[in-house]
Amino acid sequence: MTGLQKLLNAAAALCGLYALVDGFTALSPALLLAAGLVVVCGMRLSPVLAAALPVVICPQLDLVISLIAAGAVLAALQDGMAGAVWAIAIAAWLHGWLAVEKTMADDADATGFNWVVSLGVPLFFGFWLLFFWEALTIGLGIPTVLLPPPSMIGARLVTSTAILMADFQQTFLKAVLAGYTIGCGSAFVIAILVDRSNFLRRGFLPIGNFISALPIIGVAPIMVMWFGFDWQSKAAVVVIMTFFPMMVNTLSGLSAASAMERDLFDTYAAGYWQTLFKLQLPAAMPFIFNALKINSTLALIGAIVAEFFGTPIVGIGFRISTEVGRMNLDMVWAEIAVAALAGSASYGALSLLERRITFWHPSYRTK
Amino acid sequence: MVIKADKLNLDFETNDGVVHALRDLDLEIGAGEFVSFIGPSGCGKTTFLRVIADLETPTGGSIAVNGKPPEQARLARAYGYVFQAPALLSWRTIARNISLPLEIMGLSRGEQQERVERMINLVGLDGFGGKFPWQLSGGMQQRASIARALAFDADLLLMDEPFGALDEIVRDHLNEKLLQLWKKTGKTICFVTHSIPEAVYLSTKIVVMSPRPGRITDVITSDLPDDRPLDIRETPKFLEIAQRVREGLREGHADD
Repeated sequence: MTGLQKLLNAAAALCGLYALVDGFTALSPALLLAAGLVVVCGMRLSPVLAAALPVVICPQLDLVISLIAAGAVLAALQDGMAGAVWAIAIAAWLHGWLAVEKTMADDADATGFNWVVSLGVPLFFGFWLLFFWEALTIGLGIPTVLLPPPSMIGARLVTSTAILMADFQQTFLKAVLAGYTIGCGSAFVIAILVDRSNFLRRGFLPIGNFISALPIIGVAPIMVMWFGFDWQSKAAVVVIMTFFPMMVNTLSGLSAASAMERDLFDTYAAGYWQTLFKLQLPAAMPFIFNALKINSTLALIGAIVAEFFGTPIVGIGFRISTEVGRMNLDMVWAEIAVAALAGSASYGALSLLERRITFWHPSYRTK
Repeated sequence: MVIKADKLNLDFETNDGVVHALRDLDLEIGAGEFVSFIGPSGCGKTTFLRVIADLETPTGGSIAVNGKPPEQARLARAYGYVFQAPALLSWRTIARNISLPLEIMGLSRGEQQERVERMINLVGLDGFGGKFPWQLSGGMQQRASIARALAFDADLLLMDEPFGALDEIVRDHLNEKLLQLWKKTGKTICFVTHSIPEAVYLSTKIVVMSPRPGRITDVITSDLPDDRPLDIRETPKFLEIAQRVREGLREGHADD
């Protein structure tokens, strides 16, 4: 074990020892078991034992102990709980950290893709974030209006699935997807036209710039007047928000091919469309994907905020604004979770697609 | 006559005034010749190649490529051009890079494949057709770009310092290959270089140029034998021609 790993191990063992001494009579059997395991694990610091039984320093052992301790703490969570429980919570986290440290150290020399490190570590990190959120909100008795514990939000997600689905459908599947497609698509086509004509370039760039500077708070009510209460007005807001980033990025992308590559196509006497499809568009792909990724999150924000200004009684933005007024903060958080999941999923899907299409770009190349 | 330049002039307008890139250039290049252009930076050798390729437009005089104005020659795909850098498209494999001009010309798939295979074999890149350019060394990339220019099968090959960025060993090797290729195909080659040995080794005719304004100071016809092993560079004949090139270059500088 490295110095840091020994330090983590020692700190965890001290926490476990404190928990045993301080709360021996008060702790539940599960917590006692967890504290006991943590203390026993401290014996690994002895070089003799580690040399005789190398299996005891494997990361899986730390992972199991950390999960047992975390589970015992979650089961015993209550307002104003004993210091011994907090000590076990910290020991659990230290063992989790230790498990990750060891896994990463083992993986440092490995080549290729490692699922455990690439997916497991971020998931594990997320788990600990939720764990401390839960422990702190319940253990410190924080009012749920300020910050509900994740378990309460999770319960909401399960019990109100129908409402959340309807809102997701209204805001994401209708407003965001339609607005995003129209906004990005029209910006792409116009960028190609603008790239070809100096006249259009002079005309469109300032207009695009102007539109992107319009405050969404001012535009949204106007769009509601123009296109009605339903999703069409939200899609219009999304179109306005996504148009400019897409146009500007596509334009820089279309001029990304080097002068030499253009000369090359000239020496082939290649026509406009051949140059566009075989040189300009492939070279523009990294820029275009950049815009698509930026816009995937912008579009969601635009649609949600636009719903604050008039909407039928469905939609993520509508639900957030009304449930805040009714102090149902768990519902608000559930909607936020849905929106965040949808946003991350579309961003992730675009990133995967980008990796496939622009595999040749220096940032993705594999030998 | 493949190329005939008569009192060719080209001036660039820059912020510091007019730059005479080419001044009163007269030159004739016959079919099957290997002509090197040598001279210090700014002497207009690359510019002249670009004029032949219709990538620059002359401001005076006349030039004919295959008896036609350069633009018509370009549209008729009269030449293949090899740039200083390989300029391979990084999203295409080597084979698909070589087939790029053929796709643009609208050749059938079968013909494309047949020619690509032949060109890959010609430049000795067998087995690398499926690789991407960034997976190959600089020398291999430049060979691929030569294969791409040859795939065209134009009778004229314009090469702008194609080996300038390569190390000496790779350069010697590619020079040897290029000579074999020229002999096998009988193409007319215009070759821009900075290197005196390279120019003398490769050429049947060496055009020495000097800068400000870019002009021709000497045209040397080499009488080295057609068969040129690398060690011909140690022979007195070779050194004599190299000496004359060097003097021509010095003369151009004395005017400064």
